[in-house]
Amino acid sequence: MSDERASLTGPDPYAMASGGVASAGVAAGEGHAAPRDYFELLKPRVMSLVIFTALVGLVRAPGDVHPVIAFTALLCIAVGAGASGALNMWWDADIDAVMARTRGRPVPSGRVTGQEALAFGLTLSAFSVVVLGLLVNALSGALLAFTIFFYVVIYTMWLKRSTSQNIVIGGAAGAFPPLVAWAAASGTVSLEPVLLFAIIFFWTPPHFWALALYRADDYARAGVPMLPVTAGPDETRLQILLYTLFLVPLAASPAFLGYAGLAYGAVSVLAGAWMIVLAVRVFRVREGEAAVKAAKGLFGFSIVYLFALFATLLGEAVISGLLR
Amino acid sequence: MSGEKKQKPRPPQEEGVVLTPEQLKRRRARSIAIASVLGFLALLFYVVTIVKLGPNVLHRPL
Repeated sequence: MSDERASLTGPDPYAMASGGVASAGVAAGEGHAAPRDYFELLKPRVMSLVIFTALVGLVRAPGDVHPVIAFTALLCIAVGAGASGALNMWWDADIDAVMARTRGRPVPSGRVTGQEALAFGLTLSAFSVVVLGLLVNALSGALLAFTIFFYVVIYTMWLKRSTSQNIVIGGAAGAFPPLVAWAAASGTVSLEPVLLFAIIFFWTPPHFWALALYRADDYARAGVPMLPVTAGPDETRLQILLYTLFLVPLAASPAFLGYAGLAYGAVSVLAGAWMIVLAVRVFRVREGEAAVKAAKGLFGFSIVYLFALFATLLGEAVISGLLR
Repeated sequence: MSGEKKQKPRPPQEEGVVLTPEQLKRRRARSIAIASVLGFLALLFYVVTIVKLGPNVLHRPL
């Protein structure tokens, strides 16, 4: 595997990122990182989205879960997600070092060594899974363990560097948190959390491919086979449109299946319609600055779209809980 | 013998890695962070034990 990694990225930038930089500059790495560097390893922005979607799963699950247990479950899910991020940064230090968006991360910048990131990630992974399993329930602990395994081993170590479908399958890792939280609250898994999973799963490709469209050079330089690099921007635009056309009715389905209320139905249809408009714009505008603007517009709105869907689900559950 | 001057013992030379003030500051910050996390975990485990077991925490076979 390491040979393959080296061949993808040239003259061993991984070794440099995980050890060489640190040994050259003791002041920065080798056990001298500040706490905020470790915090950065947890990918706090990704973690905040995980906490939010997990909170929705927790609140919408049937049964009354004690607030302290709910807090513990959320904490474990957040720490488990953060641990996955740390392990991802350990493994991907070579890629991160050559991409503009990621070269300032703690490992490639030499503030934290690769070994420190690995130890930190492994410790937090084990701790979050064991604590969730013992203090909340075994099913949620097992699902969290699988989520971490899926993100680190299946996505980061395997798919990311080997197939242009990397983020399609890898997207499952980001889709698991509401399912884990649902299992934590209810001890079971039913169709509704699977729908929440599916919404995030099918949202991930158009979201990331929109980003990859205007970051294709970065991915190509790092040797990551993202769809715009391997199949070209036109095929990526078509795939974005197809996934969006599938995603929008899927995202509206909780309202039609009776899992969500009118407010969710309205938000999912209106915001979904705008997603389709933006995806069509990305599909049609293919040249120059306008094409970049269209891709950035879709990338930005896709975050708003997912947030609006889950915030409405959360709002509906809170209001119906207050009226009960 | 009496003419020999007793030499003052020299202060020991610093050996090994000497941390810079910045590194010492970071080590202190890491220590405080670890202590805070450990304290928080102790409190969390205590509260969860009470929540899960309630008064039964005292009812156990001896």
